[in-house]
This record gives sequence, structure tokens and C-alpha cells, in this order.
Amino acid sequence: MKRFAQLFNQLDQTTKTLKKVEYLVAYLREASDKDKLWTIAILSHRRPKRTVKTSLMRVWASELAQVPLWLFEESYHVVGDLAETIALVLPPPSQQHTKTLTEWIDIIKSLDKQEEDYKKKVVLEAWSGLDYNERFVFNKLITGGFRIGVSQKLIMRAVAQYEEQEESAMAHRLMGNWTPDTISYEELIRSENPLDDISRPYPFYLAYAVESETSQLGDVSEWQLERKWDGIRGQVIVRDNEIFVWSRGEELVTDKFPEYHPLAELLPNGTVLDGEILPFEDGMPLSFNILQTRIGRKNLTKKILQSAPIVLMCYDLLEYNGEDIRSQPLVDRRKLLEQLLEAHPTNGICLLSERVDVNDWKEAAKERAKSRSLLSEGLMIKRLDSEYKIGRKKGDWWKWKVDPLTIDAVMLYAQSGHGRRANLFTDYTFAVWDGDQLVPFTKAYSGLTDKEFNQITAWVRKNTKEKFGPVRSVNPELVFEIAFEGINESKRHKSGISLRFPRMLRWRKDKPVKEANTLADLKKMLDLYG
Amino acid sequence: MQTTRTNDLLRFTEKGIYCEKAGIYIDPWRPVDKALITHGHADHSRWGHKSYLATESAAPVIKYRLGNIKIQTIAYGKSININGVEFSFHPAGHIIGSAQIRASYKGDTWVASGDFKLEDDGISEAFEPVKCNTFITESTFGLPIYDWKPQQEIFDDINQWWRSNAAEGKVTFITGYSLGKAQRILNGLDTSIGKIYTHGAVENINEVIRNQGIKLPETTRVSQEIPVKDYTSNLVLAPPGAINSAWMKKFKPLSIGIASGWMALRGARRRRAAERGFVLSDHVDWKDLNTAIKETEAERVIVTHGYTKIYTEYLKEQGLDAEAAQTEFTGESLDGEATESNEESKSPTT
Repeated sequence: MKRFAQLFNQLDQTTKTLKKVEYLVAYLREASDKDKLWTIAILSHRRPKRTVKTSLMRVWASELAQVPLWLFEESYHVVGDLAETIALVLPPPSQQHTKTLTEWIDIIKSLDKQEEDYKKKVVLEAWSGLDYNERFVFNKLITGGFRIGVSQKLIMRAVAQYEEQEESAMAHRLMGNWTPDTISYEELIRSENPLDDISRPYPFYLAYAVESETSQLGDVSEWQLERKWDGIRGQVIVRDNEIFVWSRGEELVTDKFPEYHPLAELLPNGTVLDGEILPFEDGMPLSFNILQTRIGRKNLTKKILQSAPIVLMCYDLLEYNGEDIRSQPLVDRRKLLEQLLEAHPTNGICLLSERVDVNDWKEAAKERAKSRSLLSEGLMIKRLDSEYKIGRKKGDWWKWKVDPLTIDAVMLYAQSGHGRRANLFTDYTFAVWDGDQLVPFTKAYSGLTDKEFNQITAWVRKNTKEKFGPVRSVNPELVFEIAFEGINESKRHKSGISLRFPRMLRWRKDKPVKEANTLADLKKMLDLYG
Repeated sequence: MQTTRTNDLLRFTEKGIYCEKAGIYIDPWRPVDKALITHGHADHSRWGHKSYLATESAAPVIKYRLGNIKIQTIAYGKSININGVEFSFHPAGHIIGSAQIRASYKGDTWVASGDFKLEDDGISEAFEPVKCNTFITESTFGLPIYDWKPQQEIFDDINQWWRSNAAEGKVTFITGYSLGKAQRILNGLDTSIGKIYTHGAVENINEVIRNQGIKLPETTRVSQEIPVKDYTSNLVLAPPGAINSAWMKKFKPLSIGIASGWMALRGARRRRAAERGFVLSDHVDWKDLNTAIKETEAERVIVTHGYTKIYTEYLKEQGLDAEAAQTEFTGESLDGEATESNEESKSPTT
């Protein structure tokens, strides 16, 4: 555990990716296979199941620290991280434990379904023998959320370096449904055939936004243009007469989309499709909001399925006849995709993402301008001879989104952020005018620079009207330009609207509060684009 | 928030902490006739008063920072009677010359402590508890999450870091505010590792402090005449505002460290993108704050800056008569150093 805590600290203290990989490789050299496997699992968000409620940990920590619970909670607001707050307030350790990472995880797992008193005894015993860094990591193992700026890509690179293997092969091995309980390090990383796990998806290839003029991309005839759809990017796998649906967040969501289940029979085994899980009806996509109504549900009733119908808008073919074809050029994969869908009708479950054929970039711009009326987010631009790469890569795939909608709004409330942004006011609530009233309509917490957040934090401290826990109401004086991707009617919001992907485009220091936009302006946008 | 009880010896007004009976203010934030000053940081020692009174060891820096002012000095522990009120200055342990100001009238004793810490840092006059009826305290780090380690452990960490940077041929770039923290760090550095260079803002204060007879390790002011390669493997001591400035760019390759109480929090460390955060503060941590208040035996406590509202609640729960007061003190600020903004703009930026 000491070594893992040290690794965590090292990774946390540097922003340089080269250094991070170096630390990870050094760790892999020293750790046991079991600890290696758990480390990879934790850093790729496969933490053990939560067995202790955080509300209990708060109570125990405040008891041990002899601090009233309310004061512990206030401290938590300041720190912005529960595991850290607990590690900070606990009295110094009275002994020294020497268990390994895996041993501690086994202990944490063994607490499942135990009596509260027993859990408390075990956790207190653990705390009593761990130093500050180890306590922090131990608490994180229980509470989850190891956000330390280590991407999946970095771990994969480190493991590949350590194992002296290809990065792409390693990336594929680390995908999928495994947990350290179902597989050993040897099996996961070194087994002959990583496809043993038939549900294992391929890493997604993600595009960057177009950086400059599209004409810089060269002749338009070297590119395939498609519409960019606003659903959930997904991968559908048919192998051994079974179907698996993965979301881009690497979550297995097969159960959430029963509409796709017939594909297990309709498509041949050894087929992997990359596409968009898209709400769709009568030849037209529906708003993303419709999809949202069913995402969180445990029970998908008939009524919900009917009111939120979906299709799979197919972008790409990654596996054909059981063969990984990602290294073939897009133009060939596309041909195979078309053939496949033609030879295997799916009763409208699968649609082919149509090519947008243009003669030059000017025409492309015209097509892009149609996006909003088609409920599309813009265009995708893919090089015809591009292979299907891993992760976000520049050069061959670009997204060319429509310009966002914008509105000038007044800051009403500010709240401090978490983690890196603890102690900084970064989460704001914005309002527009309705007569002489300011009506809150959205929150936003990204888009500004650290420097601007610092300035605004200092301003908030001086201009606080009231405090409600971590939230402060402030004098309505600051105006921001809010950008968003879409607008919808909402019964849950006082303003009657909800925005998609709201963020701060810029701080309008030049704009007086009186000149911020109005609710009527928003309603107009709703009529146009909602 | 404003603290006003009719018979209070010290009152919180728009200009500062006021003693009506004596006609003086303590650390006033608006211009007044007579100001008693706890220490030289900019939020306590401001420009524009007609006369100043401070300890003998605090006065040189105050004079240096505020220029042509009328200032009288007083020795620690010595009493002065102003209109029947007895005043005396007692070590606060915060920085060189820092004082708690005691005011006593007909058996009612108040102590305004300014900023303070209990640990003897070896360079500031060590804190002495002063018994009183009402204690005016800061609470910059008044939460149980702040628990300082002995400074020697921190200095060991800093020196270790310097040593490994030196071995890699890197410049060690460490920040601490230029009055107080900088000299404290200097005193803890192992000068056998290499040479110490200083930012102008730090060196100006060093000069003032050396001139008053206090010994500091040898330092060299960073200047354009020094070839850039001379900094290799050596250490540069600068105020926090110098991080990511154009001035910093000439030192490379470098490793950046920040010495501040705020470095106790992971979020603050990560946000500043410093490689190392050293938890070193000239303010009391949670334990020492509570100890200090106990030792004053005060029945009433007024909290001036920091986590005032939360800490006041806590003291009330402990059975004390506690309240928060509105002031313009800032303590140790997290992002940039409000306490010395003047200093940095004055400093040479070569």
C-alpha cells in the first residue's frame, strides 16, 4: 500500500505525461501481479464495489478527530474531497500496517453486508496504522473516484512499455468487461488470445474539432463527410449469437437498449459496428432530450420504449466475419459496411450514416449550415484512407460542429468546485431578465481560464449577499456570454427551458447588467431550435 | 457582524479597531491620527496615518515600506499610558517584530493579536501567551484540516528536494511571501547544497533586516549581469507572484515549489501547477489556535479574519462568548499575496 500511495502522490504532483508514464512503469516493475492488476483496474475506473456508506465514514472520522460533525462538514466544503478531508482531520497513526494494496482491497470487499459495528472496527483499525498518504488512498478506495489526471491512454502506454508490447494491442486488452475478480494479470495482459472475452469492445476512435479553415485540409475529394448525430456514441458487437452494446464511456449498456437485441440473429457472428445510439422516428432524429428520458431508468416500460424510439446510426465497421479490419482504409470498411447492411436487413434497427457528397469546401459549409434544422450537430470529416485509430487523434478525423447558440446572462449564485477547483468559485448559476426580474435558467462551470476563475473568486468573496452552505448569492453585476448546443422545453426548470452543454464563452466585462438578454430572447430560440 | 457593546474598550469601526478612551486605532485600514501597528504586512500596516507606534524590530520594515512616516517604537513588554489606558506589545511569533497589543483599563484587559503562530521559528520573537478578558484573534487556518508539522521536517523536505534538483542540474525555484516567510525559509536552507539567489522584493527586505543586526544566510540578488548558467543547481527564492512571470522564464530547467499553509490542500497544490507544495505557515494551525485561546483565559473572543463564521460557531459550542468582526485583514491569501501587492509592483522585474 505504501508503494501504491507513493505512486498516487507522484502522479498527482506532476502534469508531465512522460513523467507519469515513467512513474507507472517503475511501479509496475516493483509491484506483484495482483497489485499490478488492481492498479490498472483502479486507474481505469474499475474500483471495488462500495461497501461502506460515506455518511458513516464522516461520522467515524469526526468522532475520532473529536470534531463536531457540522464542523467536519464545513471542512469538507473547504477541501472539496471527502477522502482528503478525512485523512486531514484524523489524529496521527498509533501503529504501522504493512498490508499490500490487494490485501486492503480484499478487506474492503469483505465488509459487504457486514454489521455497521464490524465495519467501523475494521475501518478504524485501518486508519490507526496508515500514514496520511495511505489513509487518503484507502479512503479513495472506499469512496471511489480516483481522478488524478491519468488517462486510459497513459496506463495503456505504461503497461505496453513495461511488457514491451504494441500499444494498440495493449489498449484492446484493457478494454471490456473484466475486473480483477474475473481475470488474472497473466490472463489479461499476456494470454495468447485476448478475444476469449467475446464481449470485449475495440477502443473508440475520437475526432478533434476542426482547428482552422477546412480548405487547409486539402482536396475535398480525399475526405468522406457525414452528419454528426446527437445521441450516444456506441459499439454493437455480435459474437457467438450474442449481442453486446457498449457506450463510449466504456459502459456495457446492452440491457438499456432492447431494440437492438434482435441484431444477435439478424447480423452474422463476428460483426462489430461503430455508430450512434440515436432517438429517431418517421425518418427524422429526435432531440437528445428524448433519449435522456430513458437512460437513467431501471425499468424500461413499454410506454417509455414507445415514446423514445431509437435506431443505430452506423458509422463504421470494425470487425467483419470475425476479423479485425480496423487497419483497412475507411473507404474499404465503408464498402463492407454497406454490403453487410444490404445483405442483412434489420427492419430499420440499423441505418447507414449517409455520406454528404460535395464538390468543394464551400458546398460543405452550406451543408453544415443546414445542421440545426436536421437536428444534427454538424459534420464529420474523415480521410478516405484513414485507419480506425485508438482514442483522440489529430489528422484523419475531424468534427466540424455548428457554431453554438449564445446568450448574455447575469451571474446570480456561485459555488466552489471540487478537486482541483476546491476553494475556487467555479460553478455559477445564470439568469436572464423577465421584466425587471432576473430569472435563473442555467448553470455553467467551464470555459474560463484559471486566471479568470481566480479573479471571479476574489470578486465573489467581496460581493456575497448570502451564504447557503457552499452556495453564495452574489450581487447581480457580472455578465457572461453563455454558449450551448441546444435548447429544450423543461417543466422542471422555473424558466421553462433547459440547455444542452451550457458553458461560459467569455466574461463580458464590457456589458452592463441591464443589457443582458431576456427570457423572451430564450423563448424565441426555443421556438426556432427547440 | 459588527461588534459594538457600549462599554467595550476596543471597538470595531469602519476605520479599524478603535480605542475611544485612548483615541488610538490598532492596525487601522483607513487613515487615522494615531495607529498602533502589530506588524509590517500590508493589510495591518497601511499608508496614510499621522503617527505610528510599533515594536523596535518591526519599525525598520514598516518605514521601508511606507516611506516618510512619523513612527515611534516601543520595546516588547514595556507599558505606555495613553489617556489612562495602559498599552503594551508582546511577541506574536508571526514575523520579525510582530506583536500582540495588550490594552488594559481599570482591570479590563484586551489583546489584539494581529497574526500569530506558536511554533518558535528561530527568527521571529517567540509567541508569549498574554492573559486577558477579551482576545481578538485571526482564524486564517481555523479548521481541523490544518495541522502543521514541526518546521524542521519541512526544511528537511525542502533541502532534500533542492539536493535532488541540484543533482539533475535543475534550478530550485521556491516561493514564499517576501516579508517573513522568505527569511524563515532562508534560515532553514542548507547552504552547503549551493548558492541562494533572491528576487528583488525578497532581497530588499533582507537588506532592511540585516541592517537591523539580524543575521541571514548569504544571498545574491538576481540581475541581468549574472549569466543564466550560474543559476544551474542553485536556488532562487521569490515571492508567489513571480510564478509563471516573464522574470521566471530565464531559470531553466527548473523545479517549482511553493511554501504556504494552503499547500495542505491537494486542490490548491494542483491548481498552482507547482511540482512541490511545502506546508509552511506563519499562522497558527487548528490545534495551536485552540491552545492559544485557552492560554489567554479570555472569556470573550472576537474573530477577525479567516474562517470567522465557522470558528466563532465552534468557540460558542465550547462555551465561550465569541463573535465575528468585519475587518479588512486578509491573512495569508491563497491566490497571489494580497498582503504585499505593493512590494511586488515596486520590485525590479529584470
